[in-house]
This record gives sequence, C-alpha cells and structure tokens, in this order.
Amino acid sequence: MKSFHKSPWLLHYDASSCNGCDIEVLACTMPRYDVERFGIINTGNPMHADIFCVTGGVNEQNAPVVKQIYDQIPEPKVVVAVGTCACTGGVFKECYNILGGVDKVIPVDIYVPGCAARPESIIDGVVKALALYQEKHDKMVKEGRGLPEGE
Amino acid sequence: MPKKTVIPFGPQHPVLPEPIHLDLVLEDETVVDAIPSIGFIHRGLESLVEKKDFNEMVYVAERICGICSFMHGMGYCEAVEHVMDIDIPDRAKYLRTIWCEFSRLHSHLLWLGLLADGFGFEALFNECWRIREQVLDMVEMTTGGRLIASVNRVGGVLKDITPDMLKQMKAVAENVGRELVPVADTFLNDYSVKSRLCGSGILSKEDAIALGACGPMMRASGIAVDHRKSGYAAYGNIDFDVITSNDCDGYGRVYVRIQELFQSVEIVRQAIDKIPDSEEIMIKPKGNPKGEYLMRLEQPRGEAFYYVKGNGSKNLDRFRVRTPTFGNLAPLVHTLKGAPFADVPLLVLTIDPCVSCTER
Repeated sequence: MKSFHKSPWLLHYDASSCNGCDIEVLACTMPRYDVERFGIINTGNPMHADIFCVTGGVNEQNAPVVKQIYDQIPEPKVVVAVGTCACTGGVFKECYNILGGVDKVIPVDIYVPGCAARPESIIDGVVKALALYQEKHDKMVKEGRGLPEGE
Repeated sequence: MPKKTVIPFGPQHPVLPEPIHLDLVLEDETVVDAIPSIGFIHRGLESLVEKKDFNEMVYVAERICGICSFMHGMGYCEAVEHVMDIDIPDRAKYLRTIWCEFSRLHSHLLWLGLLADGFGFEALFNECWRIREQVLDMVEMTTGGRLIASVNRVGGVLKDITPDMLKQMKAVAENVGRELVPVADTFLNDYSVKSRLCGSGILSKEDAIALGACGPMMRASGIAVDHRKSGYAAYGNIDFDVITSNDCDGYGRVYVRIQELFQSVEIVRQAIDKIPDSEEIMIKPKGNPKGEYLMRLEQPRGEAFYYVKGNGSKNLDRFRVRTPTFGNLAPLVHTLKGAPFADVPLLVLTIDPCVSCTER
C-alpha cells in the first residue's frame, strides 16, 4: 500500500465552478509546480483515482454526477474541495441553482480556500489529503477490509 | 444499413476540464449525429442583479468564467458606463487594453496546450503552459490575482501600472513572442500534428455564416470579423489587422490563434508605447444607471454580448450575457457529423469550449 502514499492519483471534476480553480488544478501538473515529481498523476478515470478534487458549488443537474463519480472511486478515498465555491458556494451562494458547497452532496475531507485557489494551496491541500489517506487506509486494514502495507 | 449506436460523451471526460454532455450517434466508427445537452455549470448568476447592486455585480460578472475573467468584468463595466454616460479616463482605457491582451495571451496559450494534450503531444502541452506562467506572473504582479484580476470598476480601473511594471510587461510580452516561435513552428509545420489537424472538422464559409459561428472559428473560415475593430477601450488607437485563414479546418483554427498570439504581443507593445501619462484612472460614478445598452466585445473565444438595463435604482433590472462558446456549439455539432469517432475530442477542443461562460 506504500505505492498509494507515494503516488496518489488525482481525479478532478468541475461541479459548477467558474473554471478558474479547474485551470489552477491543471496548472499544478505543469512545469512551474510540477506535482508529477511527487508521483501525483491527474487521471481521467474515477476507478483509478485516490484523491477527488471537486471545484465549484454544485448545481441541481451536477449533483447526481458528482455523487456517481464519488461512488465509482474505490475505498479508501479523500475528497478535496478546491476553491471558495466548493467550500461554501462563494459568490454564487445566493443563486437559485446552487446547492452551496460540495459537502451538501458528498462528504468532504479537506477544504482549500481561495478565489481562484492558488496552485500552492491546492498542492498543500493534496499533501494534507495524503496523511488522511494513510489514516483511512490503516483504519480499513484494522477492520480487515484492506491489505496491510507491503502486500 | 449499419446499426446505429449511441455513445455518451461526458459530462466527466479526460479531455474536458469542464462538463458538457454529447450524445453521439454512431454508424460503425462514423458520427452521424451529435446531440449536446448543457446545464451542468448553470449557476443562474444573471439573477444576482436582483440581490447585488450594480457596483457589486462587477465581482459576479468577473466570475462568469475564470479564463476570460478580466474581459467579462470589463464588458459589464463598459455597458454600465455607456448607460450612465461616463467617459472613462484615457489611461484607464489603455490599461484595460493591456490587461485584455494579456488575458488573450494566457487564454490562447492555455487552449494550445489543451489541444496538444488532445492529440497526445504531452511535451508541447507542457511547453505552452510553461510559457503561459510568465503571462500569469505579470497579471499577478499588476493586479494581485493570477486569474481573477478584479481591477475593473464602473468608471475605470482600480489599480495603476507603474512605468517600471510597464517596462517589465513589455519585456515579458516580447519574450513570450520569442519563445512562441518554436512552438508555433511545431503546431504549424510538424508532420504528425498536421496529419491530425488538416482536414478535420471542416466548416465552410457559408456554413459558418449560416450557423452563426464567432471568433477564431469564424476567422478560420475566411471571414474577417473582429470586434476589437469597433474600437472599444483603446483599440481604436491601435494598428492591427484581422487575422483570417481560408483553411476552414482544425489547422486553420490553430493558425488563426497562433497568429493572434503574435498580434497580441504587438498590441501590448503598441499600447505600452502609447499609454498617456496621467494620474487619473477612475471617475466615481454618480447616481444610478437608468436606460439600456448592449455592449459587444471580442473575447479570446469570439464575440460576447453584455446587455444591461437599469431602472434608476441601485439594482439593475436585467443583465444578460451571450458568450462565444454558445454561438460555436451549433457549428461544432455540424463539424461532428461525418467525423470519425476518434476525432470527437479533438473537434470539441478546436472550438475552444468554455462551458462556464456558456451556461453562466
């Protein structure tokens, strides 16, 4: 299981954000910030993902999609809400269509603030997510639901 | 007669940073029809005019889309300024022009990168985004934000750019122009890239007009439409030509956008040379907007409309935005018909989709 800790795969989904945070999540994998040197890979397949980065305040139509993607990610998983909109709904909180925060739809572990969230803070959030990921994994092993480390 | 299959594309898809859903009707490997369904990012922000006053709405307008955030804010401000009959200071006009062109630079570079990723050229993707970081650094230095600049106000701009910063911005723009040369060469002359782009997604001149394409999509079909020529902000004092291409395909769209990058560098250079020396960058608006105005401006993706209607109170009656990607969806569906299934992600990318703008 060490491989997960060393190389977490990240899935990003835009749940009704303004695009700013999405671009910053992508910018994290680019030469300036280059999270791939830490083994973090941006994947497109929920079934390969360990960390789920969601941006935006989630609207009515997007809520089932977010839920479905969350269900497809195998356990253990960590959800990172990227940006102020994903945390609380942000500037769009009063809009008729916005549920207000990703935590209204799926359980969120890490909140990354910022409008748009800076790549540095997104990386910080993902690093915090790694510790949590290990914790969740250890708990699963204790309950007899996962393989212990090294197997 | 082959059997028809329906393949869903999106809303969550590796090539799309944003959710859009297409139902692709296939016969063997060929797409015969594509039915787009949108609404995954609809926030209904136009309705916020009822709750926020016309000054606060600038922040909301800027968050229509994170990529062309500056131009959205500016479009809204210019519309309200026209309603309130405010003539903003000349220096503010030039500052807006400079920031506009920096947004265009970063938006086009972003798109070129995503396109390279779309046909699996990772090194080119990274190179485009590496160049883009310098542009973002300049935006951050002058406004304080990398993407959401928040410097527009009704009546002008909030922050001035010092002469030192202007010098640095000019140097960075020129450097971007230099670093772009090999990238442009790869996009336009590389054998593999050309084999992917040439002849894909053909949109003829007649179809482009009939379907109401806009921006680089229209210009790549040989029609010279560029709203910067209408002379909003300081564009009236800047000398530039509308770039067109007669290729009508994916290659033409790449050509137009790459030439526009070089053009943006030139516009930044001209604007910085011509910017008037003055302390005044903002006129405080008096009273409330009353009347209506339709502002049109040229975004990186094409023509955007901003309609505002004020009733004399601090809240506007109506704010309506029509964004370029919405105009380009019909041409996209047209180009998808008859295309091979494997080309779909590439064709979706060639219109430079910005779903956040489209759905607001």
